[in-house]
Amino acid sequence: MALDDNKRQYLSRLEGKTYFILGDEACAYGALFAGLDFFAGYPITPASEIAELIASELPKAGGISIQMEDELASMAAIVGASWTGARTMTATSGPGFSLMQENIGYAIMTESPCVVVDVQRSGPSTGQATKPAQGDVLQARWGTHGDHNIIALAPNSVQECFDLVLECFDLADIYRTPVILLMDGEVGHIRESVVMPQVSSIEHASRKIAARSAEVFGGEELVPGMIHYGQGQNVHVTGSTHLANGMRDVTTPHVHDVLIKRIYDKIDKNREKIVRVETDLDDKKKARVGVISYGASARPARGAVRAARAKGKSVDFLRLVTIWPFARTQVADFAKDLDIILVPEMNLGQLSREVERFVSGEVVSVPRIGGIPHTVDEIYDAVMEVVR
Amino acid sequence: MYTGLLERHRRGSKLIEITENLCKGCEICIEFCPLKVFEKSDKLNRKGYYLPIVTDEDLCVGCRLCELLCPEFAIVITNE
Amino acid sequence: MSEPRHRLMGYVREEIMPHRFCSGCGCGTVLNAFTNAVEGIDLDPGRMVCVSGIGCSSWIPSPYFKSDTLHTTHGRPIAFATGVKMMRPDLTVVVIAGDGDVAGIGGNHLIHAARRNIDLSVFMVNNMIYGMTGGQVAPTTPAGVKTTTTPHRNVEPPFRVADLVVAAGAGYVARWTTYHAFPLMESMQNAMTRKGFSFIEIISQCPENYGRRIGLRRAIDFLKMFKEKAIRIEKTRDMSEEELKDRIIIGRLCDRDRPEFADEMHKLTAEQVAGLKASKEAAG
Repeated sequence: MALDDNKRQYLSRLEGKTYFILGDEACAYGALFAGLDFFAGYPITPASEIAELIASELPKAGGISIQMEDELASMAAIVGASWTGARTMTATSGPGFSLMQENIGYAIMTESPCVVVDVQRSGPSTGQATKPAQGDVLQARWGTHGDHNIIALAPNSVQECFDLVLECFDLADIYRTPVILLMDGEVGHIRESVVMPQVSSIEHASRKIAARSAEVFGGEELVPGMIHYGQGQNVHVTGSTHLANGMRDVTTPHVHDVLIKRIYDKIDKNREKIVRVETDLDDKKKARVGVISYGASARPARGAVRAARAKGKSVDFLRLVTIWPFARTQVADFAKDLDIILVPEMNLGQLSREVERFVSGEVVSVPRIGGIPHTVDEIYDAVMEVVR
Repeated sequence: MYTGLLERHRRGSKLIEITENLCKGCEICIEFCPLKVFEKSDKLNRKGYYLPIVTDEDLCVGCRLCELLCPEFAIVITNE
Repeated sequence: MSEPRHRLMGYVREEIMPHRFCSGCGCGTVLNAFTNAVEGIDLDPGRMVCVSGIGCSSWIPSPYFKSDTLHTTHGRPIAFATGVKMMRPDLTVVVIAGDGDVAGIGGNHLIHAARRNIDLSVFMVNNMIYGMTGGQVAPTTPAGVKTTTTPHRNVEPPFRVADLVVAAGAGYVARWTTYHAFPLMESMQNAMTRKGFSFIEIISQCPENYGRRIGLRRAIDFLKMFKEKAIRIEKTRDMSEEELKDRIIIGRLCDRDRPEFADEMHKLTAEQVAGLKASKEAAG
């Protein structure tokens, strides 16, 4: 996807600069560098700063930003706009993310590329509206009904809010699927330095375009090409079970089987291409204890690992950049010689369950709720309790 | 606009054709033809619906109300 | 003799005709009027996007009308259509869906789209019932009617949806019935050619899942009732609410020029782009 002149004109003022900004703002700027065309959102703490910055800046880059009547409508609008060929995004937090689930399922079923940012806050329900949490990790995976797969990334710094949203847009276009940026109120609301890249250094992925409308929803490839609206191709997009040409067939078992397995497999079979983790292994390579974390929790977790090492303890560390699809081979490999794996996360232990499925060692959840992130000390204490 | 349409088709001979396999026997054409051109027949189509028949084509002024009201695209009026 | 081919067959996905609507269903007449309307103003279906929700009437565009089609989740077609229209204001974007979809679960999107006056044509087929799911009470079901979920009687008053949309600020609002197919067709043409939010409430018949509960077993019974109860809005000026209680007010409820949403947003974007360019040039 090539950026048009309006976008280039806008971005030329930003490229190469260093800004000291909020994670939410970094996310918005990242979307602009990704070539965002259309944004639809609804105000919610702690994600509103994303919509605010985009509302201010996107028109300068030639795009359209609108505020819809609710989050269901926001999600619907970005899917509709996606079929015109636009790069589209919405941003919300837990309550809005819950409302979006049905239309996220629609985007999965219709294979509509788009980016959904969830700046997680403490729930359920209104919870602690202004406080960070990581309680939507499993909702991101299983929130919409029916069998499906999802891609979700979790930034742990302001710079990564910028970098990962760029990656989200590419993954959405490459795999023709909604992609979720699982921020949290902590990374969304801290201020750090962000270095804006040179526009020429960014390679934007492109959507594959189908040759015929008969193959927009099937054919030989795991990811079929799209045909955007307005080409006179009579593209038929439906959330009901459909054939390769988009026409409904909601009764033939085989048709549903083929469609759903392909939509599932296009992410599952590309797992190794999609998944990114960051490992920090102890030099002495004799660790029996490891820590796995992600998002804002990974920051005190890494601090605790370093503190333990400073005390001569051998501890390995792995940070999940990609939350879904789950980094099962990377986690299994990381944990193969570990007896104990600690999983600090800002919930009562959601992703630790997923870790348990792929390791033989003992998994110890280090939960934290209440709206205040883990301290380094509390994770350090948890590590020191189990480390030899 | 629709009055214009009526005007356009007022003159000339008309051909009324019924696509039998599209008809679902709702009888809207029979009931609402202003000139009562149609009648219910005892002929069934493939789906088991009683088809309308044209009693007297000369009665038709080609207003096309039947064609437009028909939910099935089953009536075609041709104005020669 | 080979069977005659209807001249409008080119506008529908002919390979799946006859459609699946029940015998006498008003959706067929709406599809007929809609294709006639498109043909009558030479609208190129290749420059249209038809958006629908969930329910019988949503099948009018999806799958039957042959254009780009977006068959969405229940209640949300107007919200999806908003995204399409914002990015392709040059295309004619039409929403066809039912009363349950547009005025029930999706009522909020309806009033906000009307308030924005976004250039969508929304044709709401109002059969006064949830037909596809088997005849449950709708927000448009008249009081007193027994449905599967109001087995004793419906005690709620029905929504007067077209009036609601007038109040919300739409550019063009009309109400017709499936008996008034010619003016309906003409009204659809108005809706699709004028700019702004256009809304047509089409009172329609569901003989299978509504008619049989109210003693109107056949489509023709409904159409006779529509003919009898319909009254042109021009004739209602001096009539009391009591006199109009059981009448169906048909005709054009409003037709007014207001700023259109997609236009205004694109204007705003053009200003911002030009402003940035000017400031860059000034800075050398």
